[in-house]
Amino acid sequence: MDRPMPPEPPAGTLGRYARQLAALVLKDLRLESRRRETLIGVLVFVLLVLALFQFALDLERDAARRLVPGLLWLTLLFAGLLALGRTFAAERDQGTLDGLLVAPLDRSALYLAKVITTVLFMGAVELVALPVFAAVFDVPLLSPGVVCTVLLGTVGFAAAGTLFAALATQTRARDVLLPLLLLPLLVPLLIAAARATDDLLAGAATPVTAPWWELLAGLSALFLGAAVLLFEALLEE
Amino acid sequence: MKEPLALADSRPSPVAAPTPSRWEALRALDPPLRLVLGALLVTMVAALYAIFVWAPTERTMGHVQRIFYVHVSLAWLSYLAFFVVFVGSLGYLWRRDERWDALARASAEIGVVFTSLFILSGALWGRPVWGTWWTWDARLTTTAILWFIYVAYLMLRAYVPEVPRAARYAAVLGIVGFLDVPIIHLSVQWWRTLHPGPTVIRTDGPQAPPEMVVTLVLASLAFGLLYLALLLVRTRLERLKDEVRHLQQALSLRGE
Amino acid sequence: MVKFYGTTPALRGCDLTVAVGERVALLGPNGAGKTTLLKVLATLVRPSAGTLRLFGIDALRAPARVRARIGVLAHETYLYRDLTAAENLRLYGRLYGLDALAERVAAALARVGLADRAHQRVGTLSRGQQQRVALARALLHAPALLLLDEPDTGLDERGQALLADVVRTPGLAVVLTSHALERALTLADRVVLLVDGRVVHTAPAAGLDAAALRNTYGALARA
Repeated sequence: MDRPMPPEPPAGTLGRYARQLAALVLKDLRLESRRRETLIGVLVFVLLVLALFQFALDLERDAARRLVPGLLWLTLLFAGLLALGRTFAAERDQGTLDGLLVAPLDRSALYLAKVITTVLFMGAVELVALPVFAAVFDVPLLSPGVVCTVLLGTVGFAAAGTLFAALATQTRARDVLLPLLLLPLLVPLLIAAARATDDLLAGAATPVTAPWWELLAGLSALFLGAAVLLFEALLEE
Repeated sequence: MKEPLALADSRPSPVAAPTPSRWEALRALDPPLRLVLGALLVTMVAALYAIFVWAPTERTMGHVQRIFYVHVSLAWLSYLAFFVVFVGSLGYLWRRDERWDALARASAEIGVVFTSLFILSGALWGRPVWGTWWTWDARLTTTAILWFIYVAYLMLRAYVPEVPRAARYAAVLGIVGFLDVPIIHLSVQWWRTLHPGPTVIRTDGPQAPPEMVVTLVLASLAFGLLYLALLLVRTRLERLKDEVRHLQQALSLRGE
Repeated sequence: MVKFYGTTPALRGCDLTVAVGERVALLGPNGAGKTTLLKVLATLVRPSAGTLRLFGIDALRAPARVRARIGVLAHETYLYRDLTAAENLRLYGRLYGLDALAERVAAALARVGLADRAHQRVGTLSRGQQQRVALARALLHAPALLLLDEPDTGLDERGQALLADVVRTPGLAVVLTSHALERALTLADRVVLLVDGRVVHTAPAAGLDAAALRNTYGALARA
């Protein structure tokens, strides 16, 4: 098929990449706002887990202060796993992934769009989870320090999670495989986020938690960088 | 004796010939593998002698401290094995040559075996010394997390049967997993220093008697050669598997 | 070109050249490799061995450079059921970096006769209407090469008439797969027979009739 080349469209500029990214994020947000089933499902799950913790541990006030950081982050981690299981659902079930793949689109845009969607999604979940945890266990979770920790942790989770969700979604045993692949890699995230939250609840000033924040930021940067380079390898057939 | 056959040189071998004796099978091995096996035999005997006879008995822990030499060697070799997985994964994604993937596959398996032994030897040591099978010591914890990552790596390979796809997925995990190691190490280290617990392993630094240091070096060398021998055999086997698949493909291409 | 899934070859030696503006029909029984070949042309599947040149570009080396000029209509519609027809087209228009998007989308939907359904969710449209939206999606960026996988399945009568019109667009090269011999003969300039992942016969469509083709086909399939 040789033919004179038609005038090339303006080559892959950053602006074009950003517009493609925005279109993909907008699409996911619109889909979520139409169905709302995932968001509501995950929110109910968070509240349920919170109640289950109380039944299982029968927490007194003082014990709660000690345990809330760990409980909060475990809850967010498992809720996040539920959300990740659904991130590529529309693409997988409706066969639209091929439609995106035949488009002249850098594969990393598909990845980054899903990371952004996941951060926004988990942000919405945390917007409800944090006040409820704070109220039920009577701990000051709504301080700027804790919010900052949650934000950093969520970005790291989405960065690693999206990479492995894309991998797992193309396999038979995706429900088993995703947590097995992801959770060991996220141990540093759990440690850093839970310890930073713990320090903050104990009334530590932010310099104490700064190393944990740096660790969370480093983890996010590592996963984002590696995934942008490696994502294409997950999608080719 | 099926295994020695698999190790044999890929020169056309008389399939119908009687099964070779062990000695013949050994002589048919690759020269490099024969060399490694020979060196392994010598070093391992020397290391075992050094560990159990030559090295002095540690004053407070007694004979049980001798596990230290095996334990620490296993740790170093585990990290080396996972580094080789990382290199093999990078090589595969870059060059798309299945030989790199065979290397990564083989090294991941050995790495998991070595980490399992490391954790086990840590438990055996911790029980008499600290009165507990398991402590959240920084090094034990980091290795346990690595164990989970690379067990997941092997499970991923089991769940995805088609080789090119499995190789791509596993390479992504092999790369990301290894890059995660320093962060895991750092987080566990900080976690343990902020919440100190008992330390099982103490590399006794310069004040350790020279016999102990030499024994450790010798043990590491022996285990290093063991790793190399296993890696050669395992990579060879994986490459034979790839070759069988390629032959099957060629056969099905040729026809009906 | 060759493509393996495991040890099973889906394609085992396909040589195919399509000229500018030519319309080629790939014919063959189920499992002959038609869809796989089309997916290779769409840069969705990498062949295990072989080369792929599209518009003079090595499409295995630089797939991104050819994707903008290929339009694909596959079994799946590539449409999000919970987005409206217009939203779907706008999404893809942005991914292809098209300008004057609103006009383009309106024109594309008008062409497939669905201007009045623009703001209806795709999931609520009939199968035939969905397939027409999918056709509009494939044509939105004015591709130079159109790949159609069993385009008639799911298309209503109106859509089929439209399709016959679309493939006659001057300068547009088309590769399509089909079960229906008669239909393929009316749409294509040339037919290519695939059996077991191999091109076994190729002939100009003009002057061929379905019965003769069926005979050739039967003979080849038996051989």
